[in-house]
Amino acid sequence: MVDHTNTDIIRSVQIEKVIVETPSIRTIIFEDKYSVASMPGQFLMVWIPEVEELPMSVGIENLGSHKFGAVTVRKYGPGSTALYYKKGGERIGIRGPYGNYFSIPKNLRNALIIGGGTGLVPLVRLFGDLLNYHVNTTLIMGSRTKSEVLFEHKAQKILTDNKHNGNVAFSTDDGTYGDKGSTVDLAESILLSKKFEMLYTCGPELMMKGVQKLGERFSIPVEASLERYMKCAIGICGSCCINDRLVCHDGTIFDSNRLRQLTEFGVSYRDKSGRLSYFIPQR
Amino acid sequence: MLNLEVAGIYLRNPIILASGFLGISQAIFERIYDEGAGAVVSKSISRYPMEGYRNPTIVVLENKSYINAVGLSNPGCEAFSEEIKTNDKVPLIVSLVGSDPSDFEIMTRKLDGSGIIGFEINLSCPHVQKLGLEVGDDPQMVKSIVETTKSNTTKPVFVKVGVGSTNILDISQAALNAGADGITAINTIRAMKISIDNFNPILSNKVGGLSGPSIKPIAIRCVYELWKKFKVPIFGCGGVSNWEDAVEFMIAGATSFQVGTAIGFGGMSVFNSISNGIVKYMERKGYQSVKELIGRSHKY
Repeated sequence: MVDHTNTDIIRSVQIEKVIVETPSIRTIIFEDKYSVASMPGQFLMVWIPEVEELPMSVGIENLGSHKFGAVTVRKYGPGSTALYYKKGGERIGIRGPYGNYFSIPKNLRNALIIGGGTGLVPLVRLFGDLLNYHVNTTLIMGSRTKSEVLFEHKAQKILTDNKHNGNVAFSTDDGTYGDKGSTVDLAESILLSKKFEMLYTCGPELMMKGVQKLGERFSIPVEASLERYMKCAIGICGSCCINDRLVCHDGTIFDSNRLRQLTEFGVSYRDKSGRLSYFIPQR
Repeated sequence: MLNLEVAGIYLRNPIILASGFLGISQAIFERIYDEGAGAVVSKSISRYPMEGYRNPTIVVLENKSYINAVGLSNPGCEAFSEEIKTNDKVPLIVSLVGSDPSDFEIMTRKLDGSGIIGFEINLSCPHVQKLGLEVGDDPQMVKSIVETTKSNTTKPVFVKVGVGSTNILDISQAALNAGADGITAINTIRAMKISIDNFNPILSNKVGGLSGPSIKPIAIRCVYELWKKFKVPIFGCGGVSNWEDAVEFMIAGATSFQVGTAIGFGGMSVFNSISNGIVKYMERKGYQSVKELIGRSHKY
């Protein structure tokens, strides 16, 4: 008899529904009780048979009154593109959820969330949780252009349900929606006008590095969800190391104290062979 | 109590990180040492960088065992020598993989001056063509690879053998005749996992290497036979999950033992918990040194 409580073992799930989020992003929905019990920031390893296995932030979707597990994927490489084109009724494999999750300190009153692209997947979940805990929360949603704004409808629904203490601000690289420019610049202007006790971020690493710097400047704790090339997700292969930490096992969320020690954060990452590569080419 | 000498290497304890696990970064090596390992074996390093296979590369089984086909991903000997150039803390054994003696000559020369204590030649990776087991099943090739490696270093050279098509004793004999200082036994064993829902093999390479408790009884038998025949230093490897397994390997004949798969289930604290368990066992049995355990089962 298979041990169905061991979440490291791949479980086959049937896709219930696929939602088109943007021209390049879709959400794949499936029945899975472990995903439904996951926390914002945790991830699944998603197996697309014959193609790839990818780490993906785990989401929860309501269809009617029933909660389903979900992953939101941008078509990019062979694995993510194959997953993007999956249809209802097809099967994928999942294992996990893995990793730690964003923390909500007791007595937190004002939080600022800064997310870019698919980094918003865990952050919009977190936004809902924070508002449920009555934390005044501003969510900055960044994207390249208006058509790629992700999860606006989800954020709006969360706001509708919690009218008193939530705000959402947008920024796009090309200025077609919200502020023109980076989420970090928008965060800076918001921080100059209002006090926050916590910054949460997920998205491109250089954006998160910018958020970390804002945290240092304004003396506000930061939690960032990091991404590295991943194979095992269970802390044995070492592919996802950043300095002496394993993103899959020690993260993916790291706080300001740890981020300060991670000299590779925002500087370098390891490629598939384990060689160091640089976000900004070194001279 | 736990310190001992293996082939001229002095170790604070016999618990070694097995090759293939966590082993590409100096910062991680230092963390593993701080977590209590006596020594660390790197991932197998090749002459040139290798990206390895597409995911899935690791599949978890029900009995705390894994099948992996990572595909020997590694940064290559040039980048790896840069990685470890500052190492003055961790007793580091570098695992080498290659397809002919010239690979080993170049790699040994490149890495010999780094802060390392020895080499382990991987003759037994079961899932990459023209590397590992395909080389390790050829006694003549084993002989020339070991001779070449030995002639380019004064450090001890271990040879990691596996369960391939050639008898493990014959391959070990060839390696020892060529000057190997010891044997690491065993590597993973060729295995598969197939999805009954999707009908296809899960690993992208289809076939991988089985590790963990599933292979321990086979590894114990190999270590027992190797010690019985050769009485040379042996790194026991294959399914060491706790101190009881560790003791079993040592009394079978292992001088030290390597731990890998268990990290996935117990985290890095497994090194200290095995140490503590062995110390308590020795106190109960009244032993002064862990060396007293080595090969003890052969009296019977």
